[in-house]
Amino acid sequence: MKSAVIVFPGSNCDRDLAVALEQVTGRKPAMVWHRESELPDGVDFIGVPGGFSYGDYLRSGAMAARSPVMQAVKDAAARGVPVIGICNGFQVLTEAGLLPGALMRNARLSFVCRPVPLRVENSQSLFTAQYGAKEEIVFPVAHHDGNYQADEATLDRIEGEGRVAFRYLDEVNGSARRIAGILNDAGNVLGLMPHPERVIEPAHGGTDGRRLFEGLLETVA
Amino acid sequence: MKARVFITLKNGVLDPQGKAIHHALEGLGFSGVNDVRAGKMIELDLADGTSDAAIEDMCRKLLANTVIENFRIERLETA
Repeated sequence: MKSAVIVFPGSNCDRDLAVALEQVTGRKPAMVWHRESELPDGVDFIGVPGGFSYGDYLRSGAMAARSPVMQAVKDAAARGVPVIGICNGFQVLTEAGLLPGALMRNARLSFVCRPVPLRVENSQSLFTAQYGAKEEIVFPVAHHDGNYQADEATLDRIEGEGRVAFRYLDEVNGSARRIAGILNDAGNVLGLMPHPERVIEPAHGGTDGRRLFEGLLETVA
Repeated sequence: MKARVFITLKNGVLDPQGKAIHHALEGLGFSGVNDVRAGKMIELDLADGTSDAAIEDMCRKLLANTVIENFRIERLETA
């Protein structure tokens, strides 16, 4: 699997994601700076990492979503290349219009940083095929703007189409219907606030994230 | 030429910041505040002759996230 990790000024989970990808795929991802207008040839997986791109100026992910590299990411997504956006990456993907809805300030206004239990709502996707149906797993979250909101019609549609990939078991940040992660309509773009790349090996305190990358490797490679 | 863009959350979109400000005002003893909504104002210094359509385009493409926000443009008379 030839993967690429996008790096914005203020990204800070890009290295975690790179390490996770290298451990699982055995191959170092290409780190692609936001000013690039093209992705390396033959990329078959793109990761948009967490962090605080552009200092969260204007809105979280707003500036990053308009940076030159994102056009290349959009083009690749349209060709069916799998794209994952984690935390700030999820915010970037919604701002870029690759995923519906928006991520707003946490309902209680506080930064939330702890492991949270999740339910895998769709275990048939490109990203979640290694999980059992409705399996309960734990990923850490670390965010201030993770409150997922969309209008009722959009929420009904993504629920109906099985595009809610992960749901919080408990109240975490005020997200509508406790949505933690969603898929695009084609199923090749996933955005989620929790961090699978931070639970890859036992030393992390959990390994539930590993199967997400293993599943990708199996489908993509 | 200057213009101001006022960005506000759409009706019905929960505004935790506005709520916190509301509570703080009540804590300071201000009564009679029914609700608080927080937004932002962006001031643009523009070349003369910049069209309304161009400013609207700026709002739609970057300044506002129209999934959750409304915007209103106000042109300022040059002194």
